[in-house]
Amino acid sequence: MSVFTIEAGLALLGLFLLLLDAFAPGVSRRTLGILSMAGVGLALVLLVTVAGGEEALPAFVKPFQQLDALAMFYKGFALVITLLVLWLVLECAPYMTRFTLEGRVGEMLSLPLFVCVGMMWMAGAKDLVTVFVALELVTVSFYVLVGYTRKSAMALEAGVKYLILGAISTGVLVFGIAWVYGATGSLEFEGIRQAAAAEGTNRTILLFGAAFLLAGLGFKVAAAPFQMWVPDVYQGASMPVAAFLSVGSKAAGFAVLSRVVAALAGEGSAVRGEVLAALIAAGSVTVLVGSLPAIFQTSVKRLLGYSSISHAGFLLLALGCQGAGRFGLDANGVVAFYLATYLPMTVLGFLALAVLRRNGRGEELEDFRGLGRRSPMLALVVTLAFASLAGLPLTVGFLGKMLVVLTLVDQGQWVALAFAILAAAVGFYYYFRVILAMYSSDEGVPEAAPVRVSLAARVVGVGLAVAVVLLGVYPRPLQPMLREASQAENSAVSAPSGH
Amino acid sequence: MSSLEIIILLPLLAALAVGLGAPARATSLTAALVNLVWVIALAVKYQPGEMGELAYVHKRIILENPALALGVGADGVSLIMALLTVVVTVAAIWQTVDKPAMYYVASLLISAGALGAFLSTDLFFIYAFHELALIPTFLMIALHGRAEKEKRLAVAWKTTIYLGAGSLVLLAGLAWLVLEYSQAGKMEFDLTALRAMAQNSPISADKQAWIYLVLLIGFGTLVSLFPFHSWAAPAYATAPTPVAMLHAGVLKKFGLYGLLRIALPLLPQGALTPWIMKLLLAALLGNILVIGLVTINQKRLDDMLANSSVMHMGYIFLGLAAGTEIALKGSVLLMFGHGISIALLFALCGRMRNQLGTLEMDRLGGLGSHAPLLMLVFGFGAFASIGLPGLANFAGEIMVFLGSFANGNEWTTFHVAQGLTPLHWTVVAALWGVVISAVYMLRAFRKIFQGSANSGLFMSDPSSSQSVPLVGMAAVLLVVGCAPSLLLSLMNGPLAVVAAAVAR
Repeated sequence: MSVFTIEAGLALLGLFLLLLDAFAPGVSRRTLGILSMAGVGLALVLLVTVAGGEEALPAFVKPFQQLDALAMFYKGFALVITLLVLWLVLECAPYMTRFTLEGRVGEMLSLPLFVCVGMMWMAGAKDLVTVFVALELVTVSFYVLVGYTRKSAMALEAGVKYLILGAISTGVLVFGIAWVYGATGSLEFEGIRQAAAAEGTNRTILLFGAAFLLAGLGFKVAAAPFQMWVPDVYQGASMPVAAFLSVGSKAAGFAVLSRVVAALAGEGSAVRGEVLAALIAAGSVTVLVGSLPAIFQTSVKRLLGYSSISHAGFLLLALGCQGAGRFGLDANGVVAFYLATYLPMTVLGFLALAVLRRNGRGEELEDFRGLGRRSPMLALVVTLAFASLAGLPLTVGFLGKMLVVLTLVDQGQWVALAFAILAAAVGFYYYFRVILAMYSSDEGVPEAAPVRVSLAARVVGVGLAVAVVLLGVYPRPLQPMLREASQAENSAVSAPSGH
Repeated sequence: MSSLEIIILLPLLAALAVGLGAPARATSLTAALVNLVWVIALAVKYQPGEMGELAYVHKRIILENPALALGVGADGVSLIMALLTVVVTVAAIWQTVDKPAMYYVASLLISAGALGAFLSTDLFFIYAFHELALIPTFLMIALHGRAEKEKRLAVAWKTTIYLGAGSLVLLAGLAWLVLEYSQAGKMEFDLTALRAMAQNSPISADKQAWIYLVLLIGFGTLVSLFPFHSWAAPAYATAPTPVAMLHAGVLKKFGLYGLLRIALPLLPQGALTPWIMKLLLAALLGNILVIGLVTINQKRLDDMLANSSVMHMGYIFLGLAAGTEIALKGSVLLMFGHGISIALLFALCGRMRNQLGTLEMDRLGGLGSHAPLLMLVFGFGAFASIGLPGLANFAGEIMVFLGSFANGNEWTTFHVAQGLTPLHWTVVAALWGVVISAVYMLRAFRKIFQGSANSGLFMSDPSSSQSVPLVGMAAVLLVVGCAPSLLLSLMNGPLAVVAAAVAR
């Protein structure tokens, strides 16, 4: 069975569920959700166990898709986060339906499948057109998802903001693609890489195109100065969609960025210096514009939005440190590793918010008050998640930060390092504020009723928290992502490999 | 599992159990006592090797590249630090009665973090375990601190941001260190392997100096080295008693331990760089003299103790700066002695605060007549702190002073004719710190325990059960003070190697 079959199957399942929901009103959301989750779960199992390598792809797909380790990682990543998001939709449905048309959630259980397929397709893209098509599939699905809870004014605002900025960023991206094509005569990453290193390529035009290309992708991953939409959109979007944007969309963006940077800033590329400098500069600014405003947030959901910006900054910094130094690890691998650590802790943050919402509480810092006494287990789990987001050792979040610090030191990027350290130190403040609130007394909080946590939420929450700690102490399962740069160079753009 | 791993894990498991509802005091105390007995047994069994080889070594690889491993191992120095940790842990938990479970969880977590940091042999875990204490310390000061809400929150944030930022600087320094020693893209975090590399193929002196400086700032912030000290005094004055005992007594020593274990052996040229040496000497004189004078000016007992604990770090830094075997041994001994004495004093301070409701020394007086045992024990702590012969701190301090003056020569053949180096002048100035300590400690003792009890404030001796940890710690001070060779004999191998590395 080829990976393409899995992706096509998922897309078909999405279509089927969409139609089923539209024409068979008797089907409950539970059934839809279980079908959807079962499909994604099966796809994940198949991807890990029986999926063939690149040679198994159908001939008509081969020109567009590659299945190197990076692609396989991001495909698996997309499936995992989609599964968690689908579950979150079911978990949040009881209160979310108040804000949707006719109390429906059907589309929220099928559209994520399209997002997932788009992300998977993007991860293996060999050329910019494939990237663009897949990216549109993801983005258009998100346009619907973000504004889905449309009876809430904030969701509408978020939907409009995301739509307008998303459309503009797409335009910018296409513009950039066109100029890069004009400069290099190729849309394929491999072709771009060779042309960028070849003599006779117009450096100015390539640089111009690269700037727009990176800006367009910068919107998607919330890189400064294109990050303004993030807090508003997260706050307005429903919990599962915010989690999906924060983890899935970001990972997809970085999957593409990894390819683009490898192509534009490969060894000997005429614009390597500029591209990497731009990434470092953007990363340095992003960590700060994510961290500093986070200090003043009272809404934990917005705080997670700013946190997501700050983490994007760390990822950009890692991406900007291409090339084997004494550090010796492939930058794209570090980015993948960081994202793998980012998934459990961020999902946990949104899961906690979802639990509070189901208990009739809000998303403000105040609503976390007294959680330590009312539900010690939940408080412990959330403490671990936020400790990990802050990058405290013995949690998985530290490892990602440590690798970024290592590469920055190795590259002698002292200014960027100072920014990163400042941002991380500020991070202690705003993440710990949530922890402090949980263990503070909740006298004076209205509706301080006992907090009920559904069985499923307990299982998922504890499972993710265990992952946060276990991988923090024993990260060996994540080792395959950290390839040595020398190996990665050899298989840089189009070498066939299974896993 | 190796025994050291279990020693680290035991308090963690106990903390988890208490957090999930196990009987708090019984569980915590059992875990602490088991650890106490176990660490003593390991220390008794330990045979120091010629080259400072580690004993009880065990290693689990958790990542191939960067080469991270959960490695544990102990030599005399780490065993002494572990001993300090378990003694103070038992005392801190023992004297905690009728408190929320959080007190016990926090004590256990700080204890586990300290044990993990002292017993790990991998830079990654040495660093990681130390951070384990960050959240418990923060929450305990913020929620149960001894001040109005506004103030204790401010102190909690200041402490956390300071320690967090210090740790991040430290992380950058360690990252740099690891990268400089990494070969062919393989990053090595194992301390033993790094030491071998430092001996065989050291990095350039220039780089060593800069890395050493970064480490000095990072570790220095954690130990409240002047001018990165301003978090420490309010933190200890505000923290609940067990946290103050464990943090000031044990955890703060981590920075010194790190300099001794990591910075000195791996960056000997950095430590010897003249301008860095001068910076460190100026900073430690700041600790001893500036903070010493600040301490004299304190009106409340808790503020005074907190500042004195910052001040005394200066002597230990002096020993590390000198780098002779005698001075290094003195430093470790002083870490132990100071840890026990300050924990004892904070325990007493906590009792007084509970019973008297005030710690303004001007309002106290004559407590000795009501509470003779308390006076006796306080006397042990205070006199140890001053450096009275016969108590543990004296042995450490005298070795630091003599070892520093020797400055690499045999100190018996020292000639003034060669001229005094900055180190010698620093020793001369630092000696005045002893006088300063005597001024504030003796004055506090007189104000609190002597004179007439006209203030109407009444205090009684603790019950016999509650006296156990106090008398126990006083006894440790006395025994180590009279027979410092008990601890010194553990340190022969490991510190000789460090001293040889930084020999001029």
